Amino acid sequence: MTGIELRNVSRWYGNVVAINDITMSIGQGVTGLLGPNGAGKSTLLHLIAGFLEPSRGELAVGGAPSWRNPEIYRVLGLVPERDSVYAFLTGEEFVRATARLHRLADPDGAARRAIGIVEMAGAQDRKISTYSKGMRQRIKVAAALVHDPQVILLDEPFNGMDPRQRLHMMDLLEHLGDEGRTILFSSHILEEVERLSGTIQVIVAGRLAASGDFRAIRRLMTSRPHVFLVRTSDDRVLGAALIGRPSVTGVEVTGRGLQVRAADYGAFSRELAALTREHGIRLRELLPEDESLESVFAYLVES
Amino acid sequence: MFGVQSRVIASITLRATMGRKRVFLFAIPPLILVLVTVALKLAHPPAPAWPSHILGDFGFSVVLPLTALIIGTSVLGAEIDDGSVVHLLATPVRRTTVIVTKFVVAAVLTMIFVAVPELLAGLIATGGATRLAVGLFVGALAGSVIYNAIFVMISVVTTRAIAVGLLYLLVWEAVLGNFVSGARVLSVEQYSLGVANSIARNADLNAHLSLTTAIAMGAVVTALTLAFAVRRLGAFSLKGDAV
Repeated sequence: MTGIELRNVSRWYGNVVAINDITMSIGQGVTGLLGPNGAGKSTLLHLIAGFLEPSRGELAVGGAPSWRNPEIYRVLGLVPERDSVYAFLTGEEFVRATARLHRLADPDGAARRAIGIVEMAGAQDRKISTYSKGMRQRIKVAAALVHDPQVILLDEPFNGMDPRQRLHMMDLLEHLGDEGRTILFSSHILEEVERLSGTIQVIVAGRLAASGDFRAIRRLMTSRPHVFLVRTSDDRVLGAALIGRPSVTGVEVTGRGLQVRAADYGAFSRELAALTREHGIRLRELLPEDESLESVFAYLVES
Repeated sequence: MFGVQSRVIASITLRATMGRKRVFLFAIPPLILVLVTVALKLAHPPAPAWPSHILGDFGFSVVLPLTALIIGTSVLGAEIDDGSVVHLLATPVRRTTVIVTKFVVAAVLTMIFVAVPELLAGLIATGGATRLAVGLFVGALAGSVIYNAIFVMISVVTTRAIAVGLLYLLVWEAVLGNFVSGARVLSVEQYSLGVANSIARNADLNAHLSLTTAIAMGAVVTALTLAFAVRRLGAFSLKGDAV
């Protein structure tokens, strides 16, 4: 048993349900926990990490329950979302202190190894208070890795990172997953999860909305019809032209402009440009009407 | 119990506590105590009982509890407030080890910041290692232990530890402990004074408990509050998302 198992786990606060009857099984490799803000991703990670008691259901990490059981941290590592670390310590002191809290036989060696993995050796003797957001994130990962855990939880590990740091963190997680560890990270950004591929668990409003291979879920997401609002110098002429195109499945003239439903996102955007040029129409505004992550997730929940 | 984990926790706690500006806050009450004692000594007040009033009343009902409040609520409370405690709790360290280590650090710091100045002031006021000076020192040591168990517990239970601790001191210790004779058996100030008086044997100390009662009750209160703190830390929860 080296993974994470949840059976009918719910968590509520008073009469607000934060996690609603989630059953999932997470094994080796990288798994993304995807969902809009406030969907319950953090709550779910806190439950798995033993920092929240399930209101109902069973939960195990490496075969043992995590609530009131610090012993699971022999096989588990946690990278919390909050940026609060012992900022007065140097990176190396922080990771070595963590190694000693784990009572590792060789804390110095373990710290050196973990810092090497996150490539922070160059900055390890600086105080954490001088670190950038990305460096703090990496030193937190080093501390979570220091005891060579089988399971690692990361809460929004890419938040506040610049693109280069993001790529580096993604490579790191990929590498850890390839080593046969169980890596579960949360994110509200589709592209982050896509880049790391593997399996995903989609959480919407406290419920498990989709689960499985990312590509299958991504296909669901891109094949859904897209709705755009187009405002031009002559809505009706453009509307008539658009409806003749196979990429468009519906056009409606509204007070705010043309509402266009497109089946093929890519073809529609190319054809729109060509049609406006052809008819001498000036394009004033093009707004995606349902591109918010929430609507993408809502679509997933329905399908 | 005091293995490598305790040493790590203690050293991080010391660096966090002493590194903040708060350390000056710890030093103010004992500094006032010593300065007032020196001033009174130089002024030769007419009342011969002034050392027991200043060092017993002011020392044990203001300086000791307030300093213990600031120290006891910050050794663990500061980490809980800023969230860094997660890094400590996300390790297999037993919660008992965390609480006991934090408590020992707080008690020792309070001894340094209160019991030692109390001894110093006693030596100055009474002109040497008198029974009163030694008694106040030992009483302050006992008080440092019991108060910090309570304040560490409060800091685990509530995020408003300073306010709750002050309320406890003002309502329970200052009013009930002094005016309701039955409540004296539940007053940390009285435990401390009881211990002090067993050596000092000074009627002006306002001590009402025997040494046995003071020590037994002090030990019970310390053990119970620490056990409760361990229980509550074991159920330490993080807030999720927007809920």
